[in-house]
Amino acid sequence: MADQRTLAEQSGDTPYRRMTRPMEGRLLGGVAQGLAAQLKLDPVVVRLTFVLLSVVGGAPGMVAYAVLWMVTPRQAPERVEPQRDWSQLAAFTAIGVALFAFGWLTGASQGGIGMLPFAVGGIGALILWQQADPERRRTWMTGAAASIRKNRVRTLLGVALVVVGAVGFLYSQGELAQARPGLLFTIVVVGGLAVIATPWLAGLWKELQLERRERIRQEERAEVAAMVHDSVLHTLTLIQRVAHDPREVSRLARSQERELRNWLYQPAQDADATLAAAVRRIAAEEEDAHGVPIEVVCVGDIALDQQGRLGAMLKAARQAMVNAAKYSGSPSISVYAEVEGEEVTIFVKDRGKGFDLEAVPLDRMGIRESIIGRMERHGGSARVRTEPGEGTEVMLTMKVEKA
Amino acid sequence: MTRVLIVDDHRLFRSGVRAELGDSIEVVGEAEDVESAVKAIAEHQPEVVLLDVHMPGGGGQEVLRRVLGSGSQVRFLALSVSDAAEDVIGVIRGGARGYVTKNISGKELTDAIRRVAEGDAVFSPRLAGFVLDAFASSEAPSIDPELDSLTQREREVLRLIARGYAYKEIAKELFISVKTVETHVSSVLRKLQLSNRHELSRWATARRLV
Repeated sequence: MADQRTLAEQSGDTPYRRMTRPMEGRLLGGVAQGLAAQLKLDPVVVRLTFVLLSVVGGAPGMVAYAVLWMVTPRQAPERVEPQRDWSQLAAFTAIGVALFAFGWLTGASQGGIGMLPFAVGGIGALILWQQADPERRRTWMTGAAASIRKNRVRTLLGVALVVVGAVGFLYSQGELAQARPGLLFTIVVVGGLAVIATPWLAGLWKELQLERRERIRQEERAEVAAMVHDSVLHTLTLIQRVAHDPREVSRLARSQERELRNWLYQPAQDADATLAAAVRRIAAEEEDAHGVPIEVVCVGDIALDQQGRLGAMLKAARQAMVNAAKYSGSPSISVYAEVEGEEVTIFVKDRGKGFDLEAVPLDRMGIRESIIGRMERHGGSARVRTEPGEGTEVMLTMKVEKA
Repeated sequence: MTRVLIVDDHRLFRSGVRAELGDSIEVVGEAEDVESAVKAIAEHQPEVVLLDVHMPGGGGQEVLRRVLGSGSQVRFLALSVSDAAEDVIGVIRGGARGYVTKNISGKELTDAIRRVAEGDAVFSPRLAGFVLDAFASSEAPSIDPELDSLTQREREVLRLIARGYAYKEIAKELFISVKTVETHVSSVLRKLQLSNRHELSRWATARRLV
């Protein structure tokens, strides 16, 4: 696999490089190797593909090889002219001869177009095999070897069935008129193959299941890691960078804390399904926007579908939080939402400087319009309690029909 | 001077609390797990133990069980980063006199320790909210009416705590003395600890959110 990695790296550097025929490690002309580098496949796969395509009718593999050999420039060897790998070449030749013999005997290679699906299937299988990571391939192989060792009888039986079937099949080829024995022997061959392959396939299936579970676990772990990395580590870095600004530090810390808590304790909750959830979300948003901690306590809860009444109430509550955060100078804000019977109440309290309600100019829309006016238009009420130096508390009340 | 022992498995947090506590408080020792906490409490006999809820070896509830089970009169103030209802209710029912979260300011913490040392209860707004919620959601018939429900006054006090009022402000609001507010809160704490309404614990477990 090492050579494949280096090839991949090379092609990474020059994405549109020309295909060349490397002399190092070539079997014939280096065509297969060059093509493999181009397609990011294992040379073995490409070589087997050529062999396979050479034994089917018309030998397109050989033609293609010859053409590629002619049009592809050779890559200059770095050291002395390397030798061909004769043992590998012999192996591929043997495979080719065997496939050819098989094709000739069964008439498969004369099948023309009809046989192409098999060739394509074979090539596909080879590519799949090559794409599997080496670790997995090794476990496939050792698993198969182990099951063969373990079930020697079964394997022998299977092999015997295959041989008998094949011999019978070939024998019956002579007398094609008798279709029945041919069919029979085909069944014998398939049965033999099944006997050999079943335990291996079962093992493979189990392996895949195990792997799937393992992958799910790894994905979960990756999600946790991503959460920690994307948000927590990020926030910690930000905190170090703004260490001189205590307000910003605490804003970052609280926002991160809230995010982590939600992630830990509130799995996939629809944020705006209920009043309590909506109040928490609004408080969180305003806390982020203004950097003042907002403590939220909710007692009871109710679904948010009261003809926009609760929506208006939430808007008023948000305005109250904004006012407290922006103007009161309070170090923290308390929000208390309560659903009791048919009454929903939200309190927003700060410990800031407070103000004189009578002295608020008429054009200041915050309290008069956005809070009191809005509540009254929707059939609720709002009260503001404040005095200079005493902090401010906004009380919102709304009647609802309890389902 | 109030003698305090800090039990927490995070060294950084212990030193942070130590640095924040005012001059009126003397930290007599520290412990980092259940075993060392039980030993240190027996050795130092502090007035108040600041107890972390999540710790190796069984957590704060195990310390409460072993120390209070042996008849000790030490008072516990639970201090935790967790706001989960089951933790809060669990540690209060285990015998802690109060519950505050770790983001509390040094001044507030000093105040809470003093209050617990005097035998009063300390409720954070969130704990008050939990109690109101838990006692409100009672549909099963109660076994002991005195223990299983809150009085109107107790409910008012808890609501004001949940709204963010300090004890002094509550006293002013309800035209009662701070001492009376403390009495109400202590009485709620007693109900919370002694009420054998099993749905209290079940409610806390079911409500696994902050």
